[in-house]
Amino acid sequence: MIGEAARLLSDWSTVDTWIVLIAALAAMACALPGVYLLLRRQSMLGDALSHTVLPGIVLAFLASQSLRSVGWLDSRTLHAAQHAILFGGALISGLLTALLTQWVQRRGRVEASAALGVVYTSLFALGLLLLRLWADNVHIDPDCVLFGAVENIVISAEQRASVAWFTATVLGLNLLLMLLFYKELRISTFDPALATSLGIPAQWMQLGLVAVTAATLVTAFEIVGSILVVAMLIVPAATARLCTDRLGTMIAMSLAVAAASAVLGHAAALTLPALIFQPLGFDEVRDANTAGMMAVAAGGLLVLAALLSPRYGWISRALHQMRLSIRIAAEDLLGRLYRQAEEQSRPQEAEVIDHLGQPLLIRWLAAQGLKRKGYVRRVQGHWLLTDRGHQAAARVVRAHRLWESYLAAHQQELPDDQLHFSAHRAEHFIDRNLQAELAKELQRPAQDPHGRDIPGENGNGGS
Amino acid sequence: MSEPTRPATGEHSAISPLSIHDLTVAYHRRPVLWDIDYDAPAGKLVAIVGPNGSGKTTLIKACLELVPRASGEVRFFGQPYRQVRHRVGYVPQRESVDWEFPINALQVVEMGLYRQIGWFRRIRKQHREQAMEALKRVGMAEFATRQISQLSGGQQQRVFLARALVQDADIYLMDEPFVGVDAATERAIVQLLRELRARGKTALVVHHDLQTVPEYFDHVLLLNMRLVAQGPVSEVFTEENLRRTYGGKLALLDRVGQKMVQGGGA
Amino acid sequence: MSGRRVGCLSHGAGVHTRTMQRPRLLALAAVLAVIIGGALLVVLSQPTTAWAGPRSASALLAQVEPVPAAAPHMPPAAVPTATLWQRFVRAITLRDYHTRVVLLGTLVLGIASGVVGTFMLLRKRALIGDVVGHAALPGVCLAFLLQQIWQPGSERSLPMLIAGAWLAALAGAGCTVALRRWTRIRDDAAQAVVLSVFFGAGVVLLSIAQRIPTGSAAGLQNWIYGQAGLMLASDVELITAAAILGLVSCGLLFKEFSLLAFDEKFAAAQGWPVLLLDLLLMGLVVMVAVIGLQAVGLLLVVALLILPPAAARFWTDHLLRMTLLAGAIGGVTAFLGVLPSAMLARWATGPSIVLVGGMVFGFSLLFGTQRGLLPRYWLQREVRRRVGRADLLRAMYELIEPALPDDAPQVTSLAGVPVRRGQLVQKRSWKARRVGRLIAEAQRRGLIDAGPADQVRLTAEGAEAAFQAARQHRLWELFLMQAADVGLTQVDRSADRIEHFLEPDEIDELERRLARQYPELAQPEPTMPQSPHALPEEKS
Repeated sequence: MIGEAARLLSDWSTVDTWIVLIAALAAMACALPGVYLLLRRQSMLGDALSHTVLPGIVLAFLASQSLRSVGWLDSRTLHAAQHAILFGGALISGLLTALLTQWVQRRGRVEASAALGVVYTSLFALGLLLLRLWADNVHIDPDCVLFGAVENIVISAEQRASVAWFTATVLGLNLLLMLLFYKELRISTFDPALATSLGIPAQWMQLGLVAVTAATLVTAFEIVGSILVVAMLIVPAATARLCTDRLGTMIAMSLAVAAASAVLGHAAALTLPALIFQPLGFDEVRDANTAGMMAVAAGGLLVLAALLSPRYGWISRALHQMRLSIRIAAEDLLGRLYRQAEEQSRPQEAEVIDHLGQPLLIRWLAAQGLKRKGYVRRVQGHWLLTDRGHQAAARVVRAHRLWESYLAAHQQELPDDQLHFSAHRAEHFIDRNLQAELAKELQRPAQDPHGRDIPGENGNGGS
Repeated sequence: MSEPTRPATGEHSAISPLSIHDLTVAYHRRPVLWDIDYDAPAGKLVAIVGPNGSGKTTLIKACLELVPRASGEVRFFGQPYRQVRHRVGYVPQRESVDWEFPINALQVVEMGLYRQIGWFRRIRKQHREQAMEALKRVGMAEFATRQISQLSGGQQQRVFLARALVQDADIYLMDEPFVGVDAATERAIVQLLRELRARGKTALVVHHDLQTVPEYFDHVLLLNMRLVAQGPVSEVFTEENLRRTYGGKLALLDRVGQKMVQGGGA
Repeated sequence: MSGRRVGCLSHGAGVHTRTMQRPRLLALAAVLAVIIGGALLVVLSQPTTAWAGPRSASALLAQVEPVPAAAPHMPPAAVPTATLWQRFVRAITLRDYHTRVVLLGTLVLGIASGVVGTFMLLRKRALIGDVVGHAALPGVCLAFLLQQIWQPGSERSLPMLIAGAWLAALAGAGCTVALRRWTRIRDDAAQAVVLSVFFGAGVVLLSIAQRIPTGSAAGLQNWIYGQAGLMLASDVELITAAAILGLVSCGLLFKEFSLLAFDEKFAAAQGWPVLLLDLLLMGLVVMVAVIGLQAVGLLLVVALLILPPAAARFWTDHLLRMTLLAGAIGGVTAFLGVLPSAMLARWATGPSIVLVGGMVFGFSLLFGTQRGLLPRYWLQREVRRRVGRADLLRAMYELIEPALPDDAPQVTSLAGVPVRRGQLVQKRSWKARRVGRLIAEAQRRGLIDAGPADQVRLTAEGAEAAFQAARQHRLWELFLMQAADVGLTQVDRSADRIEHFLEPDEIDELERRLARQYPELAQPEPTMPQSPHALPEEKS
C-alpha cells in the first residue's frame, strides 16, 4: 500500500509543487483572520461572506458598465481598473453583511446566527437575481468559483510565479496587520466593553476584521476557490484551539495546520482515490479534486488533534488515565506491604484498603513495574518490599497519614472511615513539597488521628 | 476487600428524603465538590450556604444527575433519582433559560406537568387549572398570560417556583431562589417554604444571605468544596463554623484537589 | 402580600385572551392542512408527462454558486409576446401546469420548513439548515459510488441517493453536537467545521464519481442542488410526504419540543430523554432539508428554515401561534416569490422566493406588533409624551397651588392663572428647550394657552388634567409611603413611572385603600391630598 502510494507520488512534478505552494499560501492567509473569527464566535461569518460578496461584485460590475456607457470611463481604463472595482464592491458588500447582521441582531433582538442567516440568504439571493437579470454576460465559471483557477494558473511558468507572489503578499499583509494590532485585537476579542473603555473601539476592530476577512476571501476565491477558503478560515483555527490555550501559539499553529493541509491534501488527492478505487475495478480514477481534499485533510488534522492533543485529546487523556491508574495501583500495593510489615513488627489498628475498583490487568502491570524497578520481590508467592521499596512505600504512607491528620484538623464532620477514604484517594497526589507543607502546618505530627505512626521524610519509621 | 463504606448515621438514614454518600464532582479539571456525605432531615427547610464557587449549585445538579459525578452515590427516599423523579422538584437558577422565549407564565408552569401528562398527549383544561393554582400560590395569577420577558426578576423566580410546585413533589431543590428578587417575592418564597414544611415536605435551598438563615431555615449545610458542617441552625450556624466555611484557610485542600483532578484521579 | 396587590393594580389586564385564541389557531392549522392536502390532490391528478423538461446541465449549482448562463427557465413558452398583465393573470390563475407544480411544491416546503425551523431558531441553531445542506453532498456521492461498485453501470436510484443524503446530513448534524460536547470547540465553529469539511469531502467524491465512465454521474450535481424552477411533480409528491411527516411529528411532539427548546436542563431533570428528542428534531430538519435540497436548492432551503420563523417572532409572543404563523409566512413567501418568476422569463424562482422572504422579514422587523421596531418606537414615544405632559401639568399645578384658597383646592380656580416659563424651567430643572416642546405639545391639545410675554395658563380642560395628574401623583406617593417596606421599586420594571399608567378603577382602588388613613379622600367630590413632603425638594 505504502509502496503503491510512493509510486503514485513519484509522478510529483513542479506543477504539483506550485499548486501546493500557492494553495498553502492562500490557506495561511485565510487562517489568520479565521483565528479571531473563531474566538469571537463568528465562525459562520466566513461562509456567509463567501456568499454575500456576490451582490457586491455584480453591482460593481454593473456600475462600471454603466460608467463606460455614459462615457466617463473608456474601455482601457475600465479594463485596467475592473479588478479593483469588483474588489471594492465585494469589500463593501462584505462590510454591509456584517453591519446589517449586527443591526438586525441588536435592534430586532434576533439571535446572532439567525440574524446572519437572514442577512446572508437575502443578500445572496439579491446577487443571484441581479446576475440573472442584468449581468448574464459576466463570465463566472461555477467550477472556477468552487475550485479556483489554480490548476490552470500553474501551467504557465510566469503566471504561477506572479500569482504565488501575489498570494504571499496577501499573507504578508494579513500577518503585518495581525502583528500591528495584536494586543488591540486580543483585548477587543476577549472583552469588547473593556477594550472600548480603554479607548480601543471594539466596533472598529470588528469591522476591520471583517474587511480583512472579506478582502482575503475575494482574492483567494479566484485562486483556490471557495471550498478551500471557507474551510481554511475556520478548520485550522479550530484545530489549533484544541491544542493550545495561548493566542500566539494558536496563531502559529493554525498557520502550520493550514500549510500542512495543503501539502497533505494534494498528496492525498494524487494517491488515495487510486489506491481505493483502482482495486475495485475503476482504473479511470487516478486522482480527485485537490481543493476538496485539502479541506478534508484539514478536517483529518482536526480529528487527530481532538484525539491526540496533549492536554485535551481523548486518546492522550485515556493513556494518561491508564498510566495514572497503574501508578495508583503500584502505590496502593506499596502501601499495603508497608502496613503489613508495620503490623508484624508493631501491632497497630489495621487500616482497611481497597483497590478503588482497579481491574486485575492494571494491578498486574503495577506489580510488574514495581518488580522491574526493584521495589518488590516475590518470595514464596508473597510480595516483599526491598529496602528501596520500603522507602518509597513510606513516602506513600506518610502522604496518606499526613493528609488524614490535615483533614481531621480542619473537617470535623467527616467520620473516621470517610477520612481514610479521602486520604486514600489523595495520597497519590501529594508530592514531597506538599508533604513538607502539610507537615509544617500540622507542626510535624508523629501520629495520625488513628494513632498510627507517620513515617519520616526519608522513609525511616517515625519523623 | 473494603469494609462497608456506609457510616451508620442514625435512625432517619433509611427514610431520608435525600442521602448523599461520598460524592465527588469535578468541573473543567477543577474539583468542585469533595467527599460530600450528607443525609437531609425529612420535613425541614435546609439552607445550603457557602462562598462563591463553593459548589452549592453543583451539589444540586449532581444530585439531579445534570453533571457527571466523579464518584459517590445519591439516593432520594432510598432510591436512585431515576426512579423517584416525580417526587423531586427542581428550581434552577433564573439565568439558566432564555427569558425572551415566546411563552407566557402559565405555559412555563404547565411544563412542570409535562412529564405527568406524558408523550404525545395534549395539555388539557385540568392541567391548565393545576398550573393556574400553582401560580396563585405564588401570587402570580394576574400575570398568567404575560410573556415571561415582561416579568420582573422576582416574578420570574416565582414562576419557576410555581413550575416546581405544580409537580407536587416531596422534596424540593432550589438554586438561589432569593437572588435578585424584591422584598415581596422574598416574603412570598419564605411563606411558600413554610407552607411546604407544614405539609411535611423537605426543601434544600441554596442561599447566600447569611443574615436571614436563622429566620428562614431549620437546618443548614455549610459547604466549601467539602462539607464543613451540617445540622440544626441553632447548633451548627456558629461563628466558628462560618469562619471555617468562608475563611478559605484550606489552601492546601484546594491545591491537592487541583492536582488530583488534573491528574485525572478524582 | 401587598406586593401582590400592587402588581394587580398596575396591570389591570387579566386572564382573558386565551380562550378566544383557540378557534383562530385551529383555523390557521386547518388552512395549512388544506393547502397541503390540495397540493397532493392537484399534483396527483395531473399527467406527469405534461412537462418534464430535462434538468439543464448549466443549471448546475445555480442555487449555491452564481451561474452565468440563464438556465432555460421554465416556460410561459406558450405566450412569449403576452403583456405583463396577461402573464400575471396567467400566473395567478395557475393556468400553466408547470407553474402549479412549482407553486405547490415551494408552498408546501415553505410551510413545513417554517414550522420545523421555528424550533431550530428557538434552539439557537438557525444555521443548521446550511450545515446539513452542505453535509448532504458526500452522502449523495457515496451512495452513487457504492451503487456503481455494487452494480457497475447501473442507473441512479433516487431512494438510495436520498437515503445517502439523509444519512450524511444527519451525520453532519451529529458531528456538530459531538464536537461541541466532547471538545472545546463551540457551536458556531463546530458548524463551520462540519460544513466545510463535509462539503470538501463531497467535492472529492463528486470528482471521483465524475471520473467513472458510466455517464450517469453527469447529472449528479443538478440532482444535489436542484432549482426550484425546474421542479417536477414527483418532487412535489416527495416534498408533500416529507411535509406531512414533519408537521404531524411537530404536532404530536409540540409540547416535548417546546420544553426542549425552552429549558433543556429542566427537561433532563424531569426525565425526558433529551438526547433522543434532540435527535428526533434534528432528524426532521434534516429530512425537510434533504428533500427540499434536491427539489429547490440549498439557498432556498436554508432561507426557508430561517426567514419565516424569524419573521413570525416579531408578531407574537406565543409559541404555538408563532409556529403556525411561521408556517403560514413560509407558504405566503413561496407563493409571492413564485408569481413573478412565472411571469418573467429571467426571474429565477429560488432567489425570488428568498428575496420575498427577506422582504417579509424586513416588514416584520419594522411593523411586527410584538417586537417590531416601529410599534416599539411609537409605544415608547407615546409613553414619553404622556409622562412629559403629566409632569408639565403637575408642575403647573404645584406652582399655582400656594396661591389657591386654603380650604379645598378647586379645579375651576386653576384655569387662567399665569405661570412663567422660567418658573417651570426652574421647578423641574428641565432644559428650556424641553419645556418649550412640552408646552407646544400641550398647547396643541388645548390644555394650555400662551399668555402675554412668556407666560402660560391652563385652560379649563388643562386645569382638570393638571388636577388629576397631581392627585394621582400624590395618591401614589401616599400609597408608596404606606407600603414602603414592600420595596416597590423592584416589584415591576416601570414601578417608578407607574403613576402615569393608573387606570380609573385602579385609582378608585387606591383611594379606597388609603381612605382608612386619610379620611378626607373618602368624600364624594375628588379632593387633593396634601403632598407628603415639602414640594421644593421634589425631584422628577
